[in-house]
Amino acid sequence: MAHTLTSRRTTRRLAADAGLLMVAAAFVLPLVWVVLSALDPHAGLRVKTPDGLTLDNFDAILTPEITFTPLLNSMILCGGATLLTVVCAALAAYPLSRFRSRFNRPFLLTILFATSLPITAIMVPVYALFVQVDLIDTTQGTILFFTASQLPFAIWLMKNFMDGVPKELEEAAWTDGASAFQSLIRIVLPLMGPGVAVVTVFCFVMMWGNFFVPFMLLLTPDQMPASVSINDFFGNRGMVAYGQLAAFSLVYSTPVILLYVLIARRLGGGFALGGAVKG
Amino acid sequence: MTATAPRPRLAKTPEDTHPARGPRLPVRLLPLTPAVVLLLLFLAGPIAYCVYIAFTDLQLTGQARASFVGFDNFTRAFGDEAFLNAVWLTLVFTVVSSLIGQNTLGLALAALMQRASKPVRTLTGGIVVTAWVLPEVVAGFLLYAFFRREGTLNAILDWLHLPSQNWLFTLPILAVSFANVWRGTAFSMLVYSAALNEIPQEITEAAEVDGAGGWRRMWHITLPMIRRSIGTNLMLNTLQTLSVFGLIWVMTRGGPGGRSQTLPLFMYEQAFQNSLIGYGTAVALLLLLVGSLFSLVYLRLLRTEV
Repeated sequence: MAHTLTSRRTTRRLAADAGLLMVAAAFVLPLVWVVLSALDPHAGLRVKTPDGLTLDNFDAILTPEITFTPLLNSMILCGGATLLTVVCAALAAYPLSRFRSRFNRPFLLTILFATSLPITAIMVPVYALFVQVDLIDTTQGTILFFTASQLPFAIWLMKNFMDGVPKELEEAAWTDGASAFQSLIRIVLPLMGPGVAVVTVFCFVMMWGNFFVPFMLLLTPDQMPASVSINDFFGNRGMVAYGQLAAFSLVYSTPVILLYVLIARRLGGGFALGGAVKG
Repeated sequence: MTATAPRPRLAKTPEDTHPARGPRLPVRLLPLTPAVVLLLLFLAGPIAYCVYIAFTDLQLTGQARASFVGFDNFTRAFGDEAFLNAVWLTLVFTVVSSLIGQNTLGLALAALMQRASKPVRTLTGGIVVTAWVLPEVVAGFLLYAFFRREGTLNAILDWLHLPSQNWLFTLPILAVSFANVWRGTAFSMLVYSAALNEIPQEITEAAEVDGAGGWRRMWHITLPMIRRSIGTNLMLNTLQTLSVFGLIWVMTRGGPGGRSQTLPLFMYEQAFQNSLIGYGTAVALLLLLVGSLFSLVYLRLLRTEV
């Protein structure tokens, strides 16, 4: 009896392995294409063994115009918006987590409701509004909108992490005369370091990959982040150099993949699943 | 779930009267100000403005002032074949890629992972999650290359002696739907892995000893136990899929001939290529309403859970 159960388990494990490997093979093909093509002097659209390995594609794209300026723009946009989001979210989460009031529950429900609104839908009115208040085609305007769109989720996440910091530690500081603001900066935030890191990385990754917001709100090519400038490989340059496109895609994607690995390990992969949303 | 971390004390503890805590409610709520201001100005503001311009004939060019046109934009939409086409395609896109694709494949992967060996589990999980983490536009390009006439999919079909075709031309909506499955399945996989891990082993083992086969265990035990995760996941997948723009834009621009033009792309085309901001916004408002509806259901689901 015990024996058949074990052997049945082994069969089942092999079947599961086979199933997973089949899906993995299907999923990995586009990823293989991008890696091989980036190294292929004659890259086309299909997965093939490269005609010799070369770094020429990287050489060709690593210029200020194609890569460095858009990546710098992405850094400024996403870095600025992430910083602003995290600061505002930490401040907002504090009273929500620490003090009880009638106001908390409706506010949190509104926030939760807003986390799942389709932001894509409001981009046309946002554009019209930005034209009217003269924020169109400005980095700061885009940063402010990015921040607002990311805030509901950031506040929600931050509040949940903050709830995990026991209140007793703050009480000691209060007795010593610290203000609520001081205890937030000196005690609560340091204690929820990993949580703050998660919120930061998550916001950054979301905005780094976002295409529609900068596509709508920025017009000058010099200001475009990488998510939009990658389009130029298709439109304006005539023949598409697929090898260069692949190389650019790799350069552009690497930071977010590294950041994701960083937080995924800290939180066991399922961090966003506590109660909210995906990007 | 993380939403309710244990709170050590409830309302009336002595600390609540400590002067350093800022005894008055307005003072306590002060730190909320920056966030609330930003949310009002840049999120609530545009939504309110959206409601307003949806009822005007605002255009991008050649018009000094927009005038109020009532429900004209909406009646126009429901008489517009291109709009109805976009509604239909959005429905197809959502059902195929989110309800069926991401959801079912995510559950299947999570269920298989429970039984698979560790290296295979790690490898597959890593690949699927990478597809999810990639920036939207990059994912779009990778799938564009995959589905093109000269692309990898046709190479495989040739190799299997199956008929190849120009997928982005013959079946554009299916191509972008599969692209969305490729990109979005990881989320469902993570949700369901977490949910399945929470099912106590004794229950499934007891059922197994009682002779319930794999399918019956899945149907009668596992699925009922994770039904809340299923609800939450379906909601979030749907909301996410409703707002997909970049992926489709990169792969097909909504074409050919509008055959992969979902509502966000239709909205963009009306507002910017046809300069009809008012009409485009009316479409946006409809999209927002559908989204809010799903969002409310999601809230209800979560409220029973938290």
